[in-house]
Amino acid sequence: MLKLPIYLDNNATTPMDPRVFEAMTPYFLEDFGNAASRNHPFGWKAEEAVDYAREQVAKLIGADPKEIIFTSGATEADNLGIKGVFEMYAQKGNHIITATTEHKAVLDTCKHIEKLGGEVTYLQVKPDGMIDLAALEAAIKPTTILISLMWANNEIGTVLPMKEISAIAKKHGVLLFTDATQVVGKIPVNVNADGIDLMAFSAHKMYGPKGVGALYVRRKNPRVKVTAQIDGGGHERGMRSGTLNVPGIVGFGKACEIAMQDMAEDTARISIMRDKLETELMKLEEAYINGSTSSRLPHVTNISFKHVEGEGLLMGFNKNIALSSGSACTSASLEPSYVLKALGLGDDLAHSSLRFGLGRFTTDEQIDYTIKAISDTVIRLREMSPLWEMYKEGIDLNSIEWAAH
Amino acid sequence: MAYSDKLIDHYQNPKNVGTLNKAEKNVGTGLVGAPECGDVMRLQIQVDDATGVITDAKFKTFGCGSAIASSSLATEWLKGKSIDEAITVDNMDFVEELNLPPVKIHCSVLAEDAIKAAINDYRAKNGMELFKFEESVVH
Repeated sequence: MLKLPIYLDNNATTPMDPRVFEAMTPYFLEDFGNAASRNHPFGWKAEEAVDYAREQVAKLIGADPKEIIFTSGATEADNLGIKGVFEMYAQKGNHIITATTEHKAVLDTCKHIEKLGGEVTYLQVKPDGMIDLAALEAAIKPTTILISLMWANNEIGTVLPMKEISAIAKKHGVLLFTDATQVVGKIPVNVNADGIDLMAFSAHKMYGPKGVGALYVRRKNPRVKVTAQIDGGGHERGMRSGTLNVPGIVGFGKACEIAMQDMAEDTARISIMRDKLETELMKLEEAYINGSTSSRLPHVTNISFKHVEGEGLLMGFNKNIALSSGSACTSASLEPSYVLKALGLGDDLAHSSLRFGLGRFTTDEQIDYTIKAISDTVIRLREMSPLWEMYKEGIDLNSIEWAAH
Repeated sequence: MAYSDKLIDHYQNPKNVGTLNKAEKNVGTGLVGAPECGDVMRLQIQVDDATGVITDAKFKTFGCGSAIASSSLATEWLKGKSIDEAITVDNMDFVEELNLPPVKIHCSVLAEDAIKAAINDYRAKNGMELFKFEESVVH
């Protein structure tokens, strides 16, 4: 049976898996101890739970449990990874390479580093959202200490070739940090095979709880160190102080265990639904997929429906379907998505985009409903779009001198 | 953000969507906004030359729900009004009627601009002096 409302905004957050919730519950009530309490059973129990979760998390990414630093989420892990390397390796250099399509947690951290006297290169991306690897290598200088590139983009789902990027980083003795928030738990990740030095990820994007994430920090070949950004009791081997969020960490561990077990099956099922959704919506005239379709997360698609505005489109069905738009008509700036603009999309197409993020709990019925609801709304709004009328009359919209508003 | 029932109704059941023949002398067309800003409004009025009363109004809008609702409301308000009455419609009238949130004030400004642009287009076509309007404050 069709269950409404439909949640297709899984890149923003995922619903928690009931199995995760179940694993967490004891740690709110009877097993409430502080994992740093060494002298009584409450502390021991909490520490044991954290240790077990750390193993579950490490296993999913092919790491050693000692390489996992628990944080409050991916944003904090991004901050710790980038600022921590910048401080720790100050004697080696001050140059960081990143890209214009990164998440704000990385971009704003890099801006902060520029204020501290660091130098940051923001690579442009290709029209499909991929990085030009030659340009990446050319940007490396003797002072470069870190390459920070997201594994998969949160808006368009484009997956970067981490192994190849890692090879370039290694060749020049530069550390590689990746924001893998959209990737871990969705597609296979192995920090050793993929050559990652530091990696940020989060529980709530993989059916775990909000408020918990991790930074992976390589301990061997090379041994990587970060300067703590939160000082205090010396938790997490001194790299991140603060009482551990035991229930959150337990949930994170369980989410990783489930991801490992269900990933292949989930991916197979979800990608079929994603492909159907995309194929059906692309039957509409003047619809465009944003970003690479050959190197992309299996559950994501981002489509622009030309001559209708994204937010206006959402209003047609947002009581029943939860989606995101690259249009930002709600913000004072009226600036559409900087990620889509970085692909070279005109503002009109960027304003016309919808981001679909399917998930573990998406059903076929929901996809069928979504296809119909969106198709109907696009057609209805085009009927009342002056741009659509002009397009149909063969008028070149670029030839019109638009009144600046 | 919760929108008012009136706004949602105008969005779901917009009034007077369509196109008037812009070549007609008694039709005034206002095209305001820009695709890169995420909203374009085209408002058209048909004026009775003898009485100066707006007999018909149509719109087409590319934009968010608030922009669509504002243009739909504008056409409703314009029909039956004289040109002199029509020029007094203010953007705050839309804000109040549709209960637009602060981030959507620009939609009301656009609707006001569209009305003025349509009136002046009509006046220009008919050899009348153009109304001088103050620059809109909100952009």
